[in-house]
Amino acid sequence: MDNNVKTQEVKNKNEFFEKYIFPYAVPIVFLVLCGIGFYYSGLHYTFVLNEVIGRLARNSFLVISLIIPVIAGLGLNFGIVLGAMAGQIALFFVTDYAVKGIAGLLLAFVISTPLAIIFGYLTGQVLNKSKGREMITSMILGFFANGIYQLVFLVMAGTIIPFKNKDLLLSTGVGLKNSMDLAGVRYALDDLWKIRPFTGIAVPISTLIVVGILCVALTWFLKTKLGQEMRTVGQDMHVAGVAGIDVDKTRTIAVIISTVLAAWGQIIFLQNIGTLNTYGSHEQVGLFAVASLLIGGASIKKATYGQALIGTFLFHMLFIISPMAGQNLMGDSQIGEFFRVFVAYGVIGLALLLHAWQDKNKK
Amino acid sequence: MEDIKKLIQRVGYPRLIIGGFLLILCIFAAVLSIPMPALISDILTRFGMNGILVLAMVPAIQAGVGLNFALPLGIVCGLVGALVSIEFELAGFAGLIVSILIAIPLATIVGYFYGLMLNRIKGQEMTVGNYVGFSAVSGMCIFWLLAPFKSPELIWAVGGSGLRVTVSLESSIGYVLDNFLTFNIAGIQIPTGLLLFFALCCLVVWIFGRTKSGVIMRAAGANEKFATATGINVNKQRVIGVILSTVLGAIGIIVYSQSFGFLQLYNAPLYSAMPAVAAVLIGGASINKVKISHVIVGTFLFQALLVVSLPVLNVLAEGNMSEVIRTIVQNGIIIYALTRKTGGEVA
Repeated sequence: MDNNVKTQEVKNKNEFFEKYIFPYAVPIVFLVLCGIGFYYSGLHYTFVLNEVIGRLARNSFLVISLIIPVIAGLGLNFGIVLGAMAGQIALFFVTDYAVKGIAGLLLAFVISTPLAIIFGYLTGQVLNKSKGREMITSMILGFFANGIYQLVFLVMAGTIIPFKNKDLLLSTGVGLKNSMDLAGVRYALDDLWKIRPFTGIAVPISTLIVVGILCVALTWFLKTKLGQEMRTVGQDMHVAGVAGIDVDKTRTIAVIISTVLAAWGQIIFLQNIGTLNTYGSHEQVGLFAVASLLIGGASIKKATYGQALIGTFLFHMLFIISPMAGQNLMGDSQIGEFFRVFVAYGVIGLALLLHAWQDKNKK
Repeated sequence: MEDIKKLIQRVGYPRLIIGGFLLILCIFAAVLSIPMPALISDILTRFGMNGILVLAMVPAIQAGVGLNFALPLGIVCGLVGALVSIEFELAGFAGLIVSILIAIPLATIVGYFYGLMLNRIKGQEMTVGNYVGFSAVSGMCIFWLLAPFKSPELIWAVGGSGLRVTVSLESSIGYVLDNFLTFNIAGIQIPTGLLLFFALCCLVVWIFGRTKSGVIMRAAGANEKFATATGINVNKQRVIGVILSTVLGAIGIIVYSQSFGFLQLYNAPLYSAMPAVAAVLIGGASINKVKISHVIVGTFLFQALLVVSLPVLNVLAEGNMSEVIRTIVQNGIIIYALTRKTGGEVA
């Protein structure tokens, strides 16, 4: 009798763990890490909160852009770097034509969309040829595209591609300068509706609303026919093919949507930052977005916008507090900096590792 | 026409395109009267200094693990070896040999555990390996900062702790191999020792491939099911391949650094696997097939391209064009290899 009760208890405990702890293991670990880091950083909570809200607003759009390829079975799309490039190219022209404020921002969205569709289409074609190793291919594709991007804007800007504003070009008149001041569109979206509930905290409600709309749209999209087809393709390409779904086309559409969202996300990101690092702003986009999503508890097969938001929150919390925590704990702020880069790479590595491991065990 | 097609197929598009590109650049270099002997010396040096890192790809591909994107694992082991030898104020050949002797056991241990890990994730080696390499490099950044080295050559002059970003090898193992038996023909400086050492490493890997254990390893890599049926422990063979690859990576970075004159720490090794991967692919290797000749041809073509493009493009275009070309060629070739159907199931 006694034994029975015990086994029952153990069972309940196991169920409790399986239901509530395991799916959230990664975010919980990072929450604890953030808690410890916050304690040792000695930073004031309003400062941290303000920073985190700002970063959440500017980064979550990019992170959410990763979700659709995950659902369509392409894994984590490091190719959003190409989307980010499309966004930046649009911003070059908006800055060149000095279109200011929210009009400039909207124009940037409009210009970036066709570019991102083309880039996304090309990425989709490449990824369809490398099924089973999409992630590494999309990552290398990001590096490759970065080379092309540099070639185009170092050699062709000012010669083949005309620029009106000569201040954007290098002194020789050929090639874009290393950094670009986005004064025209700076805070164009954030300042549309910003509230300050407490001193020291500014909440860019308008940006958060845009992110909210994206989340709703995403939920709606996944219920449409196309969304359902993507789920099917993501579950099993072979079955989907037999069921009459054009697998390659569905995958390509997933990548295109992701690339377009990434382009818009990068524009939202840069309007908050205010300066564009011509040859560098896009490079780390894939890494940080993927790491954020994974920290939120997503896997290579499953991701939701909730995970994206939680992950972005935790990852950037870690970003803010780790230099100070490193300084106070080890006497060197650089340790904190290295630590957070290590976390970004490490969490991706670990997630991929665990996923591959589980996959093999299933077989 | 048929013959030409056959020839193209034999040589392969990557080699053909890169070779053609190199030829055009050479013609430009001749037209622009860029001093040839200096270029050739440069090519030879860089060929020797990168060769072993490229060679590190061979055992991994042969064992069926695919391209070893986790090359940085071996590289950090090599760096630790070199740092320890400098800490003990060793110089010249003694320093070089001690560096290698320290690096080999380290790389063996690291490679062993990495190999065990890869056995659990068959089919995803390259994707995971890439991020394992990145994590190792970024994790080692913290190590470099905290490592208990004391030699003033190694640590920051101010503060007295934490390794420098670049460590000069001038007074230790710098140019040891390059200057060994070096001679000069028609203005071309031949780094004899460096080339001999590279040749030696190639020979060792080649001979290993012909020994019994090498044949078994290659059989395991070529067809896992068949190998298992004949009683080969495939997992063990894969671990051997990874260990060899990691060890070669460690030796490779020591040879690279002595020729470069500096040890590069912190984030420098982050993308170091990419040029090596690209070189072996340019040479004609694929994700599951490789020969020593691929390493030699590929390293030569890739490094020659980089060396020749630098002065030519500096004359023709503004800015750091050579770096841009390197990025495009290097990553383009990797994508080409990844998208080929013949790549098999290895990812």
